[in-house]
Amino acid sequence: MTDRAGRKEGRKPGEPNVEEARLRQQAIGVKLRQMFDDVVNEPVPDDFLDILRQADNRGGAGGNSGDRD
Amino acid sequence: MTERTAMDPASEKQFKKDLVGLIPHLRAFARTLCGDAATADDLAQDAMMKAWDARSSFQMGTNMKAWTFMILRNQFYSDKRRSWRQTQLDQEAAERTLVAIDDPASPLALDEMRQALKMLPSEQREALILVGAGGFAYEEAAEICGCAVGTVKSRVSRARRALSGVLEAGDYDRDGSPAGDAMRSILADAERLSGSR
Repeated sequence: MTDRAGRKEGRKPGEPNVEEARLRQQAIGVKLRQMFDDVVNEPVPDDFLDILRQADNRGGAGGNSGDRD
Repeated sequence: MTERTAMDPASEKQFKKDLVGLIPHLRAFARTLCGDAATADDLAQDAMMKAWDARSSFQMGTNMKAWTFMILRNQFYSDKRRSWRQTQLDQEAAERTLVAIDDPASPLALDEMRQALKMLPSEQREALILVGAGGFAYEEAAEICGCAVGTVKSRVSRARRALSGVLEAGDYDRDGSPAGDAMRSILADAERLSGSR
């Protein structure tokens, strides 16, 4: 399932070896998770909980009353 | 009109607790879709409320995280359809925000990654984020995106290839800073992290 034809830029001949590609993929994975986790680890802004609390007080039975600021 | 069989108070309480626990993840997913932090939080709040309003249709015991991500994703695309011109502005806002929120611990690389991600087609980006960062299995990601498992797999692998190419070639439109530095720092990070496992 590998697609060797994909490598046609050939910027520097003979430079990108398999090991480096593997390392690069690993780096991408690490960075992606870091990016995501950075946000996950941020404190949740108060308005999220406020909104939920308000919804709770409405009793939750009704539909959207659209009263959000 | 969906038939709304009321939840018993205990389940409702549990649902709410779980939903609150998912907020950080919803925010993170929204941020990857929107780029701009304020827009992302609006999206995450909308999704949270949609999930809350639809709580009686949630099947307890199924994957609530995947369920809420699906709601958020649908919300994102319907917002986007409504005002796709907005995305142009979002993009610019994102440029500024992303620079502003850059983590000082990793000065260059993370920003390069964000820039590179933005260059991917959105369906590739979301697939990669869900699987590569959100911790979802291919099957779950497929459910969230409403497509076949094989489609997710190929999107993820195309995204990985593209990112690798972009980061290698320094194709991201930043300020013309050399890609070599970014790549070196990414590689150095990977080596450090893989060494510590």
